[in-house]
Amino acid sequence: MASSGQAEVFAPWEDPNEVPLIKIAGVTKRFGDFTAIDNVSIDIYRQEFFALLGPSGCGKTTLMRMLAGFETPSEGLISIDGQDMGAVPPNQRAVNMMFQSYALFPHLSVWDNIAFGLRRDGLSKDKVAARVEEMLKLVQLGQFARRKPHQISGGQRQRVALARSLAKAPKLLLLDEPLGALDKKLRQETQFELMDIQEKTGTTFVIVTHDQEEAMTVASRVAVMDHGQLIQVATPEVIYEQPNSVYVADFIGDVNLIEGAVGAIGDGAELLWAEGRAALMGQPGADLSKGSKATFAIRPEKIAISAEEPMDRRNRVQGKILDIGYLGNLSTYHVELPEGPVVKCEVGNRSRIERRDFTWEDEVWLSWSDTAGLVLPG
Amino acid sequence: MRRLLVGIPYLWLLVLFLVPFGIVAKISLSDVAIAIPPYTPTLDLSGGWSAIRAYFAELDFENFAFLASDDLYWKAYLSSLKIAAISTFLTLLVGFPMAYAMARAPAAWRPALLMLVILPFWTSFLIRVYAWIGILSTEGFLNQFLLWIGVINEPLTILNTNLAVYIGIVYTYLPFMILPIYSTLEKMDGSLLEAAEDLGCSRAQAFWLITVPLARPGIIAGSFLVFIPTLGEFVIPSLLGGSGTLMIGKVLWEEFFNNRDWPVASAVAIILLLILIIPIVLFQKNQQRQAEAEK
Repeated sequence: MASSGQAEVFAPWEDPNEVPLIKIAGVTKRFGDFTAIDNVSIDIYRQEFFALLGPSGCGKTTLMRMLAGFETPSEGLISIDGQDMGAVPPNQRAVNMMFQSYALFPHLSVWDNIAFGLRRDGLSKDKVAARVEEMLKLVQLGQFARRKPHQISGGQRQRVALARSLAKAPKLLLLDEPLGALDKKLRQETQFELMDIQEKTGTTFVIVTHDQEEAMTVASRVAVMDHGQLIQVATPEVIYEQPNSVYVADFIGDVNLIEGAVGAIGDGAELLWAEGRAALMGQPGADLSKGSKATFAIRPEKIAISAEEPMDRRNRVQGKILDIGYLGNLSTYHVELPEGPVVKCEVGNRSRIERRDFTWEDEVWLSWSDTAGLVLPG
Repeated sequence: MRRLLVGIPYLWLLVLFLVPFGIVAKISLSDVAIAIPPYTPTLDLSGGWSAIRAYFAELDFENFAFLASDDLYWKAYLSSLKIAAISTFLTLLVGFPMAYAMARAPAAWRPALLMLVILPFWTSFLIRVYAWIGILSTEGFLNQFLLWIGVINEPLTILNTNLAVYIGIVYTYLPFMILPIYSTLEKMDGSLLEAAEDLGCSRAQAFWLITVPLARPGIIAGSFLVFIPTLGEFVIPSLLGGSGTLMIGKVLWEEFFNNRDWPVASAVAIILLLILIIPIVLFQKNQQRQAEAEK
């Protein structure tokens, strides 16, 4: 918890004494011959905003539905707050879910939708009313309480769904692609609102999304999944800067991938990528063995572009500008190396005056520091 | 062109509803006569203005007064209402689970199931009702089967009782109940039930709190579609019902064809129509509300 004065970094997963709220231990889920989840283990801690990220069909939704109780694991255990969830049906879990379609009850008003779960708990009328008002205030929908779901906008519906799933003060809130149906601008605003609400209520959130930007923005930790397997679980910074595999590096953000073989391993790792060319120097992203197949991963914004050969940098390659993309805040240069690969390089447009140093077909040098790139196995 | 298009439905209504209705209304105000047609007066335009005036002077509400004085008629109306209401309820009881099962069936099966519901319409309604005589009679298939499995020792008397009428009505009008309920249930988003469960409902609670309210427009539409035609039903009570089955459709038929009292029969028909206006208006309102909700 944050102490007075200086803010501590929220990182319970680094504290060995911290007990996770949710333990997913060796969980496998099969549908007939198809393995949707393959031996996944994750610990999720109190007050975390945890993102399950992956392309559609990677098993993230199945994992979430197992937390909600709509599916049961074929193997392995899920426990929430120390209690084994194996035989607990969804209506008896202290877990609530916000559905991708919102699943608002169309025949009930906004007010009655939010009150729905509270009434099932047999709370007194006054208590229900007080809690509903509190929730309406939290999502700023007070004046829409009497409307039916089809009489409010998509963004408002999303907030009703959030209020309804938070009303019972669950230990864990599951959000299935919560912002998927909103347009881009609204989605960005709502991301911050979601983080705000998560912080205010102190609820543990698990969000399922295929949108990497969304996961990076909201989450304290991100789990990247592919084909039912967990590839990497880490904070957004680590996922971006220290991906443990080509899959993660490629899935999150933009990256240049250059294939080759592992050279000398010392302070960093070398990648031999073309005959008669100096090896590329980078940080080892995972365990490497000399001579094995590897891929050099470098983010476009970490590459510098110059007309002169930058003699002070070991990682430098020459190429010809193939394409220039002007995005306003930055420009992307696509540079073709003589060996074939096209490397993308991003340069911020810091001055307003049009002053292009480079143009199509120019011969340029690309360079980056020894620590900017990663050598990843495979 | 546009006026013509708008005009066609009105022309349809005029020719097929308003003109016959006008004729029946006129007959209901006439007196019975031994003639062809069997009522008087008949309009004779060749007599000029005075003949027309004399014609209208002869029309009166005598037949309606007669309907009110003889308790057979209002008892028949009440009995029809009762039979229609009970049959509607029974049809709902049988039809809802069927519609529910169809809507929950795998999507690939649904067209086939729908087909099975509609299939009986391909044979004549009359033949199907006759078939029930063969099933329900004392020596019928049902009794033979029950005797064979030993549930009963003596054949049951089902044919020519109200029970047979209920069976016949439920059987005949079942598709009218199933189809509208099915169409509302099929549209229902399955995640609503999961959401209800997630918020603490048992399966049964979710059914009563979510499924039934969302199926309500279908239930109301189906109930009216059964209730309205059942109220004036004539074939089923006369074929399956007994002497104790009192329904206004049967009375109407007897007045027309056995008594040849067209004016009284027409008066019975006019009152029946007036009674039916209420549920028809309610039905229309329900349809309108549903259409608005879907917008």
